[in-house]
Amino acid sequence: MILVVHAHPYPSRSRAGGALLAAIRDLPDLEVRSLYDLYPDFDIDTAAERAALERARLVVLLHPLYWYTTPAILKHWFDEVLVKGWAYGEGGTALQGKDCMWVTTTGGDAQAFSAEGRHAHPFKAFEPVVEQTMRFCGMNWVEPFVVHGGHLVAEEILREAGARLRARLATWTSVVGRGD
Amino acid sequence: MHEALVFLAAAVICVPIAARLGLGSVLGYLIAGAAIGPWGLRLADVASTQNLAELGVVLMLFVIGLELDPRRLLAMRGTVFGGGSLQLAVSGAVLGGALFVLGLSWQASLIGGLALPLSSTAIATQALTQRGTLASPTGQATFGILLFQDIAAIPLIALVPFVGRVEAAGSDPLWMKVGTALAAIAGVIVIGRYLTAPALRLIARTRLRELFTAFALLLVLGIAEAMSFAGMSMAMGAFLAGVLLASSEFRHALESDIEPFKGLLLGLFFISVGMTIDFGLLASRPLAVAGLLGGFLILKIVSLWAVARMLDICRERWLFAFLLSQGGEFAFVVFGVARDARIFSAEWEALLTIAVALSMATTPLFLLLYDRLAARKSGAEREPDPISPGGPVIIAGFGRFGQIAGRLLLANDIRPVVLDRDPDQVDSLRKFGFKVFYGDATRLDLLEAAGARNARLLVNAIDDVDESIALVDRVRASFPDLPIVSRARNVSHYFELRLRGVTVVERETFESALRIGRAALEALGVDRFRARELADAFRRHNIASVDATLPFYQDEARRMSMAKAGREELEQQFARDRERFEREHGGTGWR
Repeated sequence: MILVVHAHPYPSRSRAGGALLAAIRDLPDLEVRSLYDLYPDFDIDTAAERAALERARLVVLLHPLYWYTTPAILKHWFDEVLVKGWAYGEGGTALQGKDCMWVTTTGGDAQAFSAEGRHAHPFKAFEPVVEQTMRFCGMNWVEPFVVHGGHLVAEEILREAGARLRARLATWTSVVGRGD
Repeated sequence: MHEALVFLAAAVICVPIAARLGLGSVLGYLIAGAAIGPWGLRLADVASTQNLAELGVVLMLFVIGLELDPRRLLAMRGTVFGGGSLQLAVSGAVLGGALFVLGLSWQASLIGGLALPLSSTAIATQALTQRGTLASPTGQATFGILLFQDIAAIPLIALVPFVGRVEAAGSDPLWMKVGTALAAIAGVIVIGRYLTAPALRLIARTRLRELFTAFALLLVLGIAEAMSFAGMSMAMGAFLAGVLLASSEFRHALESDIEPFKGLLLGLFFISVGMTIDFGLLASRPLAVAGLLGGFLILKIVSLWAVARMLDICRERWLFAFLLSQGGEFAFVVFGVARDARIFSAEWEALLTIAVALSMATTPLFLLLYDRLAARKSGAEREPDPISPGGPVIIAGFGRFGQIAGRLLLANDIRPVVLDRDPDQVDSLRKFGFKVFYGDATRLDLLEAAGARNARLLVNAIDDVDESIALVDRVRASFPDLPIVSRARNVSHYFELRLRGVTVVERETFESALRIGRAALEALGVDRFRARELADAFRRHNIASVDATLPFYQDEARRMSMAKAGREELEQQFARDRERFEREHGGTGWR
């Protein structure tokens, strides 16, 4: 069971992320929760979110990279859903042993994410915050899936990225998720 | 008619002067009584006023009963019976012993020792309520003892003939007296608990205010009369009736309806006490009266101070002693009966009566003294303010609107005091466990009774525009510090409220209409979060432009042109926002 936690404020305007989502949406045993659609007022139903997380073996965080991290609602989701006694701390073992894959699209190319580039750091430098959040909850951090877009990503590049993501999830299912 | 004029004039002249001099209203009434009584201007007759005057005490105890529901009364039983019997025993031993030393017979000393410890419920309770200390530990102890004295007075009066040398003629045997008394109490419980509330509901439904008041008076006076017929204290009966109605939805309405009568009649009671002071005796035997009064006060105050010590009252022992220092109304009755039973000589009866009457006049003076000393002391060491649990939250209007706000509060352990004037509504809501009180929230007395003076917040959820504004006016005038959160029916109501300084006002249809607008955008395919942003922008703009027209509320033409300009501005603003949005999220984004 794969849970895709999707965060884009205007899903119908999401080109890169939308292409990735479209490419994986019909995989078997996959649930998508679009946070901005579910909770436009940020009134996150924590019980429903936790139940979805409990069902999953792999949690995919899918969103555009906003200011080097997640969009606001996903940060709010961390704050509200991943609480002590459930996600961490004493008795907080709900997420123990599950896998987490970070899937994000960025506005810069690989050159922009380098010591000389606009963002002054390689992409890896921005990873630890989200990574450690998930690790703190006892999850395994699998290799993130990053699509560096720039403003004019070619259709084919997005199509190819979608196919790659789909293949990765399918592999995960065949290796880890079997017998789930 | 003539007498009413005399009483009212005496009160209106004397009480403000006494209050102005810092002597308090009770002393003012007493002076007024002395002035018009048989030893003053001889304008009124004591006997004719006493019955009516006693009703003041009856109504006061009814109102006090309304504030004590049976559960709280049960919790007080230790104070009432423990503290009460202790006080009667200690003060009684001291005062009775003193009478014996003065050469009275043991019978007279016994009766005097039982009658003199009694204090005046009227004076002490009035002082407690005026100082706002009825609910404090000292206030509760004082009131508990007064309550015990009221209960004890009845057997005491019945006891006198047995001690005396002559059995009162035609008197029933004791078992019959006890039987009638128990039957009367049972009757009051049945009437107060089971019959009154439905009757009040029926009457409230007629919406005739004066009928409600009439019924309230009828109820109290009827019960008082029945109790006195059964040989019990009328005041006790009224108190019992009040306690039984304390948990009903009509509590505040009854309280505010009875209050003015209570105040006036209690004043009359103090006037009648003033009239009974025998100034002739005072003039002929000043030393005997002064000695008796001084001795009585010293012994009673000292014994009360000792009782306070035994009851673990630590801070306000002197206040407790001063509050209960005077002799009570019952003493007059007991002395009268005792004289008829030839326990007291006429001379002693007159001397003791005047001492008790004068002791009532000294209480306000003692309290004045106490306040002076306490004020001087607090200059040096100020007591920390008690941590109060906070005043109530009042919700006015509990229909479809107020209920939602109220349930949200209730769910969060905030128990609001709810006022609504639809008796059917009140009735059904009480079945669901809400504390709802029947009454017109725009009435000052009802607000007062609901605790507006120290309330933390008023939620004005009244649906009628005129009533809603009347309520705000009343609260602004009488309780200027009480914050108001208000519902507005429409824009002009919103303006009226804002102009009255209410800052938190919600137009009742605005938010739900915005929700519908959002839902419509969503149904047309707009992303949900985008629809929210658009509605948020609309709300912000709308509130700003409505508030901008606030100063020109009366200027219709100006307001209209501003509204038109506002609409155009809104359109431009949305157009600019759309442009920006398309630039960022249209076409070929990476997001």
